[in-house]
Amino acid sequence: MAAQNLQSVPVELSPEEEAAGKATFDRIIAEDSRIEPKDWMPPAYRKTLLRQISQHAHSEIIGMQPEANWITRAPSLKRKAILMAKVQDEAGHGLYLYSAAETLGQTRDEMMDALIAGKARYSSIFNYPALTWADMGAIGWLVDGAAICNQVPLCRASYGPYGRAMVRICKEESFHQRQGFEILLELSNGTPAQKQMAQDAVNRWYAPALMMFGPPDDDSPNSRQSMAWNIKRFSNDELRSRFVGMMVEQVRVLGLTLPDDQVRFNEDTKKWEHGPLDWHEFQEVLAGRGPCNAQRLERRREAHDDGAWVREAAAAYAAKQQAKQSMTTKEYAA
Amino acid sequence: MSTPPTNTDAAETTGHGDISTGVAAPTGSGDSNASATRITPGNALRPEDIALEVRTGLKPSEDIAEYALRLGDDALILAQRLGHWISRAPELEEDIALGNIALDQLGHARSFLSYAGGAMTNDDGSAKTEDDLAYFRREHEFRSVQLFEQPNGDFAVTIARQFIVSYYQFELYRRLTESTDGTLAAIAAKAVKEVDYHRDHSAQWILRLAGGTEESRRRMVHGLRLMWPYVEELFRDDDLTRRLAEAGAAVAPSSLREDFDRLTGELLEEAELDVPDVPAAPGGGRRGRHSEHLGYILAEMQVLAREYPGAKW
Repeated sequence: MAAQNLQSVPVELSPEEEAAGKATFDRIIAEDSRIEPKDWMPPAYRKTLLRQISQHAHSEIIGMQPEANWITRAPSLKRKAILMAKVQDEAGHGLYLYSAAETLGQTRDEMMDALIAGKARYSSIFNYPALTWADMGAIGWLVDGAAICNQVPLCRASYGPYGRAMVRICKEESFHQRQGFEILLELSNGTPAQKQMAQDAVNRWYAPALMMFGPPDDDSPNSRQSMAWNIKRFSNDELRSRFVGMMVEQVRVLGLTLPDDQVRFNEDTKKWEHGPLDWHEFQEVLAGRGPCNAQRLERRREAHDDGAWVREAAAAYAAKQQAKQSMTTKEYAA
Repeated sequence: MSTPPTNTDAAETTGHGDISTGVAAPTGSGDSNASATRITPGNALRPEDIALEVRTGLKPSEDIAEYALRLGDDALILAQRLGHWISRAPELEEDIALGNIALDQLGHARSFLSYAGGAMTNDDGSAKTEDDLAYFRREHEFRSVQLFEQPNGDFAVTIARQFIVSYYQFELYRRLTESTDGTLAAIAAKAVKEVDYHRDHSAQWILRLAGGTEESRRRMVHGLRLMWPYVEELFRDDDLTRRLAEAGAAVAPSSLREDFDRLTGELLEEAELDVPDVPAAPGGGRRGRHSEHLGYILAEMQVLAREYPGAKW
């Protein structure tokens, strides 16, 4: 794997080297500059990033499923082309992110195994079903919209490979959000049945999208450290509030409504507020008891298992080619 | 050309590459006409361009339209098949590769169908659109040959189908760029560049699977045997292709056979595989005679459009 050349491998250091590494790390963080794979980093920083980046990669891969579900049924050829391109982008995002995570010392195979074994997490939002065509709109508008709010600040994350991967991903995500908005707009201006389909999808995806920002700040134990390390720049509630503000404006243009009559702008705090969210449901889905947890994981497992013989064949073929080549080189040398 | 990942270089040279545009105001700025299907570098022909020309008077002859319908249906049915692989492929790289090939085929289908529709009218007198043709025809009205509707099977079966298709389409489109019909020539000129990548992709996989493990070799041999009965139909001439080939507008299918046999033969030889010795299927797709598979493909593809006839999406 290409990323292996960049991998940062923790090695035994003398106490002096350790202290020097830590001093450099602290200086880089204080200067708000970037840590690169071969720099010294605290084990907890490495672990946090590895967990976050691999979870993000898994989310992209599992997130392909609800939309791939509609590729074969897309109602026009243009929409089919756009949807295919979008799901394909998501596979690409997964690839960049796995590559970024590999620089921290874990292989893509190891991460994939952890996902399939149910040991790794991915964004809970993808455990909800995509039931109608309008869900392609709502996912693009709300889910990708929330993802953008979360991810734009990550372009400045202190870990270089992560920040750089996020730049590319954010470009494509903004495109995705726009296509989701466009789908909803078309439906909203369509027949009454189409408009109803759009409203129903917004109603179902609104609260799960808000919960994508993670638990409320007073219940988010890891946030403080991530912010100190310049991985995370804004708190969960701050990002959620900004997102609600954006959606309030856009839903009017759509001619639809948000299923939340408590959305308001608080003049005192200058922040957008929303109605209560069902954090019990969030915990349930996180714990594996969501509508599609088993289905999503099984599909990934099935694709992985069905493809095992193909990957083995590719590896065996590559090894044979390499052996042949080194044989030829030796013959020349002799 | 879209075979190397779709929106990389292209995106950076056509105005979508400005991060600040997208990120700062995701729905408020940028090119409002932009769509994922419109990122095409250079002056390559887009389906939307052909549809626009048809609306403003471009009208193929009935023969040309029927011919375009055949090529469009081939590409559409294959795109539908390949689209199913996305999120199910053996490697992430293959999710992307098969997705790209599907997208290319869908693009060709949209161009051919948009053009064909110019000679066909709806009840209200308007020209048929790509969607009228894709979503509101029945099985017997489709003109694709039977190879394209064959089930994906395992990865080796898909690669076998892809191998035959890409070598056939490359020879076809290469010649069709010389067509006396400017629109067919322009569609072919764009398609041939993309199909060249499809050839490379399938050829590499044939070599890998044939030369990989015992299991992969067994599956590759099996895949080729399953698909080879449908090769014959690709190269069959009929009155339409004879008329059009004589006029220099189309390519006689039989004229592609020699190059197809030679080039696929060379690759199979390199992979130490035999050209499958299997009886040819009778075919009949060009006359609307299809296998049992097409009905299911259409049922899935058309369900939503038919549930809301007249709706815009």
